[in-house]
Amino acid sequence: MSTAAPIAAPPYKLVRHDEAEAGLLEVSMGPHHPSTHGVFRMDVKLDGETVVRLKPVFGYLHRNHEKLAEGMSYLSSMPFTDRLDYFNSMANNWAYALAAEKLVDVPVPERAQYLRVIMAELTRLVNHTSLVGFFLNDLGALGTPLLYAFRERERILDLFEQASGARMMCNYFRFGGLRCDVPAGWLDRTRALVGGFPKFLDEFEKLLCENEIILARTQHVGVLSGAQAINAGITGPMLRASGVNYDLRKVDAYGIYDRFSFRVPLGAAGDCYDRFMIRMLEMRESLKILEQALRDIPEGPVMGNAPRVFKPAAAEVYGRVESPKGELGFYLIADGTTKPYRYRVRPPSLINLTVLEDLCVGHSIADAVVILGSIDIVLGEVDR
Amino acid sequence: MIDTLIHILALTAPVAMIFASLFAFTTWLERKILARIQNRIGPNYINIPFTKFRKTFGLLQPAADGFKMLVKEDIVPHGADRFLHLLAPILALVPAMMVLCLLPFDLPFANESMKRIHAAALDNAVLLFFGITSINTLAVFMAGWASRNKYSLLGGMRAVAQMVSYEIPLVLSAAVVIMAVGSLSAQKIVAAQSTHWFIFTPWGLAAFFIFFIASLAETNRSPFDLPEAESEIIAGYFTEYSGFKFALFFLGEYLSIFAINGLAVTLFFGGGNGPWVQAHPWLSCVWFLAKIFGLIFIIIWLRGTVPRLRVDQLMAFAWKFLMPLSILNLFVAAVALKVQQPWLTWPLCALVLYAAAHGLSRLQQKNVGPRTYQYAE
Amino acid sequence: MTSPALHEPVLQQFPATRWDAAARALIVPADIARAVAQWLTQPANGEFDYCSNVTGVDFLPKEIKEKTKNADGTEETLTRTEPGSLQVVYHLYSMRRRTGPLVLKQVAPREKPVAASLTPVWRSCELQEREVFDLFGVRFEGHPDLRRLLMWDEFEGFPMRRDYVEPADYEWEPTPHGEVLEKHRRGKVIS
Repeated sequence: MSTAAPIAAPPYKLVRHDEAEAGLLEVSMGPHHPSTHGVFRMDVKLDGETVVRLKPVFGYLHRNHEKLAEGMSYLSSMPFTDRLDYFNSMANNWAYALAAEKLVDVPVPERAQYLRVIMAELTRLVNHTSLVGFFLNDLGALGTPLLYAFRERERILDLFEQASGARMMCNYFRFGGLRCDVPAGWLDRTRALVGGFPKFLDEFEKLLCENEIILARTQHVGVLSGAQAINAGITGPMLRASGVNYDLRKVDAYGIYDRFSFRVPLGAAGDCYDRFMIRMLEMRESLKILEQALRDIPEGPVMGNAPRVFKPAAAEVYGRVESPKGELGFYLIADGTTKPYRYRVRPPSLINLTVLEDLCVGHSIADAVVILGSIDIVLGEVDR
Repeated sequence: MIDTLIHILALTAPVAMIFASLFAFTTWLERKILARIQNRIGPNYINIPFTKFRKTFGLLQPAADGFKMLVKEDIVPHGADRFLHLLAPILALVPAMMVLCLLPFDLPFANESMKRIHAAALDNAVLLFFGITSINTLAVFMAGWASRNKYSLLGGMRAVAQMVSYEIPLVLSAAVVIMAVGSLSAQKIVAAQSTHWFIFTPWGLAAFFIFFIASLAETNRSPFDLPEAESEIIAGYFTEYSGFKFALFFLGEYLSIFAINGLAVTLFFGGGNGPWVQAHPWLSCVWFLAKIFGLIFIIIWLRGTVPRLRVDQLMAFAWKFLMPLSILNLFVAAVALKVQQPWLTWPLCALVLYAAAHGLSRLQQKNVGPRTYQYAE
Repeated sequence: MTSPALHEPVLQQFPATRWDAAARALIVPADIARAVAQWLTQPANGEFDYCSNVTGVDFLPKEIKEKTKNADGTEETLTRTEPGSLQVVYHLYSMRRRTGPLVLKQVAPREKPVAASLTPVWRSCELQEREVFDLFGVRFEGHPDLRRLLMWDEFEGFPMRRDYVEPADYEWEPTPHGEVLEKHRRGKVIS
């Protein structure tokens, strides 16, 4: 199969900005940039230091995940879901398992349900501590809060390694339960970690949340109103920072979340400081859920009676979870064979970036970095 | 003719060599201190080649870094102005080295006839100091411009704005000490502090704080390191520099930190004064360096702790807070020095300055503050 | 799985829509799609203020063999071709009322894949419709900035279609330059 076609001019015009902005300074931030959280590019037009226009450019990490899944069996895609949002592999796994369990009605045993909640909330802690660290790194506190946050993250990653065999790409969930039970002593170690975590949060809050430089740089920067957020499909802590009370753990009550009592923190101003603080407060609520789950977890099997060959009847499902970044959804179309006909990931990071230009216009370029950091994106999910 | 040349070299060369080796030590110190603040260890890997000695604590790291800088390829961007690209790091380094000679750093020649030799004991040392260090601004902008890179240009422009605005509080706070002593000569300022240091006076303390903060801004150190903000514009005005030119910039930056801290020590901490100096004159050199390193430790500590200010906040801080405060400080110091009754003037001065600082910082607040959050069930 | 009765009002208000029970989705023709979307956002009609997911699906033309009994008792196998389509699927939720999902589908023939853009109604469709355009080739009328999202601007072809054939050499660009151009001038194409 050779492609010896002649080199012709492209039959379409590329989109160009209008000439009124020709005198402005055009900077391309990325794809190699210390602060863009991955290979991500923003074409920024500056008037002095103020951002006039900002166009994000995606696709540098596009790995064709959806097409690959069409050629593999359902369970084979599970390790690939780890690599979507590579910070929260357990949450991605659960979203996919949830969608697939809607196709084939497999009851999940109690212990597996509790362990799923524990893993998901530990993932939320991992993600939010990393975000706090990276956010402060973008603000210029050269790495100190980042490394303090990573110290806590390392403990949780050790727990993941003991349970599933891998620190980040866990591949732990299966349709109908989990791959294997946690080893002996794991629950006690988790209880110890959960007991010691508030001290770290207190230390962080004392050091950071009243620091004048952080207040001056993040308050009233990147304000997003609630109505704008709902219309743009923003989900997750970014939505709740704008004051909208929509948390899938309460709305859909998937898994056994309706058995736990926890609150949902809401912001009022919708600026970067609110997004940062909401994540700090959510960590405390996750600790509450973890305490309750670790207290009530029963003994038992961790794998339900899933069919030997996963071959669901023709149907279309959409399963979604509250991943730490937002609503992570999987849309699956089954056609009666062992491979999905259509496999689609609804990426919260990509959709949260819809409003990036609106938030950044009018602020300075330093604020653009801070706003991007507060949106909390992972390029593995944006580009898939 | 030759004698004077040798005389000059004998005075200036030791200063240059001492401070260059201190520069190497300071880079090691900075990396270790930052690492410990960040809960890690820092460099400890470089060992003496061909030996089995393992406990170097990373002290050979600067040597390895220097070697690396020397052998790196020198890249000049296509279309950049080659002459300015070469001139900028030289222009950043040479003034810093020149002003080091103006400091009252007593060379440790412990013999009778050369008892307290300063490299360049000029009558208007302080004035010359400020004049020469402002060449740094030009060098930074030259570097940003000559690199033909938008990031560098942005960094250069920010740097120029920052450095020019912080010159005024810097000079005004030094003017307080000059007023108290009545002379611009560094030696006379040090001699006037033989009984008590100027930092122990209220106006001296305020002047020191202003001077210190302004010196952080002059040398582009955190929290004023916007021009080299790594997380936003990669490295700002020295993005396009590699190899030896980068090393020259680095050297120039650290030497200017030494120089400005040296001036701070001279003005506020009494220069080389300290216990046992009368008996052993060479100790004054040790005390001088010790005080400089005390200030450097604080600077490194600040770097590891505090996030960065945005450029408009930085400007507002200089023009709306530091400058009015330094002018007020000048008036207060003048009144205190005229009245000449410490038990009356010191508490009043302290009160006035504290109230002014508080009031000015209140003016900066634009409805920022800690918040409480609602919860939904 | 759409909750019951969420789609009933739409069927009554817009008779041109129809309910696909197998896919549990509302099929909406492109010319009234935006009117339906606008209607659905109003509080009286369900207040669907949140469009969660926009997907493209490619159904190739399928041959269906059916065995039928003729009038005179002989068995016959009839083959008919079900035409293919490029579908755009929207999952709608209501954040205020906490209901959902309501699944809308716009079905377009594969030869002329054109659909109405719902970006003026829900801004969350903006980037997702661009992705459907990029990977499936569906043109959205009324989209403010329709260009490729994940693939580079000069890319030709629509990778997520079921009949997509990968090029022999991914480095071949419509306007190659430098080394890639030299390689192709010398005829060294990897096949």
